[in-house]
Amino acid sequence: MNDLGQLSLLAIYGAMAAYAVAMVAFGIDLSALRDRGPEGRPRRAAAIAMTTTTLGVVLHAVGVVTRGIAAGRVPWANMYEFTIVFTLVAAGTFLLIQRWRDLRYLGALVVTPTLLALGLAVSVLYIAADGVRPALDHYWLIIHVSVATMAIGIFAVAAALSVVQLVKDRSERAAAVRREPAVALAGGPAGDGATALPESGADRGFWGRLGDALPGSAELERLAYRLNAVAFLLWTFTLIAGAIWAEHAWGRPWGWDPKEVGTFVVWVAYAAYLHARATRGWDGRKAAYLGLTGFGLVLVNYFVVNLFTETVHGYAF
Amino acid sequence: MSYRPEGLRTMDDAEQEAPGPSAPAGIGLRGWLRWAWRQLTSMRVALLLLMLLALAALPGAFFPQTPQDPAAVARYHADQPELAAWLDRLGLFDVYGAPWFAAIYLLLFVSLIGCILPRTRTHLAALRAAPSRVPRRLTRFPVHATHTTTASAEEVTGAVRAALGRRFRVAQTPHGLSAERGYLRETGNIVFHLSLVGVLIALGASQVLSYRGQAVVVEGRSFANALVDYDTFTSGSLVDPDDLEPFVLTLDEMTSEFTVDAQARDFAAHVTVAEADGTSREDTIRVNYPIDGAGANIYLAGNGFAPHLTVRDADGEVAFSQPVPFLPEDDFYTSRGVVKVPDVSRGLEQLGFTGYLLPTALVDDAGARSVHPQPNAPLIILDVYTGDLGLDDGVPQNVYELDTEGMTQLTDGEEEVKILLEPGEEVELPDGLGTISFDSLPRFAALDVRYDPSLTVLLVSALLAMAGLSASLFVPRRRLWVRSTPGDDGRTVVEAAALARGDDPGLEQELERVMTAVRATGPTAQEDT
Repeated sequence: MNDLGQLSLLAIYGAMAAYAVAMVAFGIDLSALRDRGPEGRPRRAAAIAMTTTTLGVVLHAVGVVTRGIAAGRVPWANMYEFTIVFTLVAAGTFLLIQRWRDLRYLGALVVTPTLLALGLAVSVLYIAADGVRPALDHYWLIIHVSVATMAIGIFAVAAALSVVQLVKDRSERAAAVRREPAVALAGGPAGDGATALPESGADRGFWGRLGDALPGSAELERLAYRLNAVAFLLWTFTLIAGAIWAEHAWGRPWGWDPKEVGTFVVWVAYAAYLHARATRGWDGRKAAYLGLTGFGLVLVNYFVVNLFTETVHGYAF
Repeated sequence: MSYRPEGLRTMDDAEQEAPGPSAPAGIGLRGWLRWAWRQLTSMRVALLLLMLLALAALPGAFFPQTPQDPAAVARYHADQPELAAWLDRLGLFDVYGAPWFAAIYLLLFVSLIGCILPRTRTHLAALRAAPSRVPRRLTRFPVHATHTTTASAEEVTGAVRAALGRRFRVAQTPHGLSAERGYLRETGNIVFHLSLVGVLIALGASQVLSYRGQAVVVEGRSFANALVDYDTFTSGSLVDPDDLEPFVLTLDEMTSEFTVDAQARDFAAHVTVAEADGTSREDTIRVNYPIDGAGANIYLAGNGFAPHLTVRDADGEVAFSQPVPFLPEDDFYTSRGVVKVPDVSRGLEQLGFTGYLLPTALVDDAGARSVHPQPNAPLIILDVYTGDLGLDDGVPQNVYELDTEGMTQLTDGEEEVKILLEPGEEVELPDGLGTISFDSLPRFAALDVRYDPSLTVLLVSALLAMAGLSASLFVPRRRLWVRSTPGDDGRTVVEAAALARGDDPGLEQELERVMTAVRATGPTAQEDT
């Protein structure tokens, strides 16, 4: 049992090493944009990054599974385990969405926080694998917490997409400004930024070239929305499942415990995000900022509320 | 009514757009009220209220809250009196009961109802109405296709209807075929929002219809569901505390399991519950697994030891003999307890004891302490007080606190007298005050009883909200139009277009599916898609 716990930790270290290589490779891939545009270059660094990320995810999954076997229960009963599981979901989601769209430029934004979170997990949050306390010994531990990890992992990738969307949006607006005089001369309407072709010849700088390499901001926005919608539904489920479990464990479905407050605030923030998408003047860029605010609150709810407030969820950490 | 589901802007341009925020001039009071109502029920205001709600709820996670943890609030007042006074004034120690918090969520719900009801009306009308008319120019839609076939218009229509299947509602109009699917999307959206109202109502009902009480029950003893048997009891305004549904619970045995390093593994209270109708059953209460007693839930909230102590006074009369719950204070069940002996023989002073029970006592140079929560080597260490317990003043006392104001602690010179008791031992009290004996060590269970008839409504509302939300987010709402025009050469020109509400990655495949069926109607003619 102890050996398996050690093996799990080793696998997590292995995954961190792989992610570290991937992070450097993604960085090299990005920095190549400094010298030339995205067109026609093989992106060998990106290929290496994707391979090492895949390797990292495999090791990461091994680490999670062996941890569960070592503890003799589901591997998400404390903050260390929760962190290794939701980072696995994030990295896995990143790999999965590549099937629909080439979003390798997102890599650095996913792998770097994953690496940081794992570093925090093994250095600060680590505790040895052990059995389960009576307070957590419930089938809702399997359901409530696993769905929460999935929601956070997917929110994380959606947040990375929103960041990329904002970068792209910036370059699109810059392109629109540059094109404006020509449009004015032609007497035509202002062009849609999303359909703007990258101007050949003109030096657009790093951000411009990065923008050219990315899908249009509208498409990034839609992708982020789809992930956020899935994660929001999972979060809603987490909230309801948590209330049912709280009713079983503490005799009340809702008690404004700091953790419950945090979960509620995140839910309301993402509800605002979904409403913003349907409100004129709030869609696009502002909705993306709201989504990022939501993810910021997810992080506050996880790190600040867990570690710095007195919560009845405390035994989980 | 500009409360629209996400992505509506890609469809139904006619439904757009709400009046701007600029206030109209010279419209009188009614006009102003109407304007205010339209503002309140607008999506923009709903959005602002949502953001405000998130912001307003946040402080409650970081400041202690009176309803949840009054002791922490008291500590805050003691540590930072000036800041605390201000926080108190702003209601930050009771955020969720504060008027400004209530104002935000009530406005939000008014806004929600104000826009969901008209939407429900619109949706019901849409459900009854025929699918939309076919637009004049189908080629202006981003997702469209054309095809020329040798089949007749009727054959094409038949093929399209077959391909559309039962998911689509189809209507034949003079301008072509109009089909629509995914009404469930808006139904889900409406169900979701109305269910939230249900959640709010359930939580409100819980406030007035529920009661909650705590009681400590020692092994072998019983608890009756009546106000007198509760240590603490709170109830909603519509609950009559003198008329609770009766049941009697007897604690047969309280068991616990720990690992060698004192990690808790299992707690179980084995009980017998006798209901009012005369039936009786055995049951087990575990952490996380409450049982039912007369419709109320009974939870295992805590456990510990209640050593049975007997005190004889100076005359040798039994002055006290009963189990005394000692409340655990750490992981090793170092437990604190108080014994009050008021009924001594006439003329003698009352006795009071306070001290600790150590389930597995280890006594060394550093003092005595418990090293494991199981009773492997129990030891009770008590201080002794004599004098007036203050029980006759009529002021209710905490049974777990000894009021030492009218009492003096027994000392032996400078040293305080410590009574050490192991199970089965009887020890002489100093100064000939009598004896105290430690007869046995039963356990106790701290039970939490809660009755809340609103839970079913809450659960159903929450699950409906969940179902409605998934439908409103993931059911595709699509319109599809097909127009077949007979050409001069006897062939039929088929034009088709599809439009979705919101993001719909499957829209093109849907049209493609229909067009495949169209192409199958006749030999492929020239393709000009």
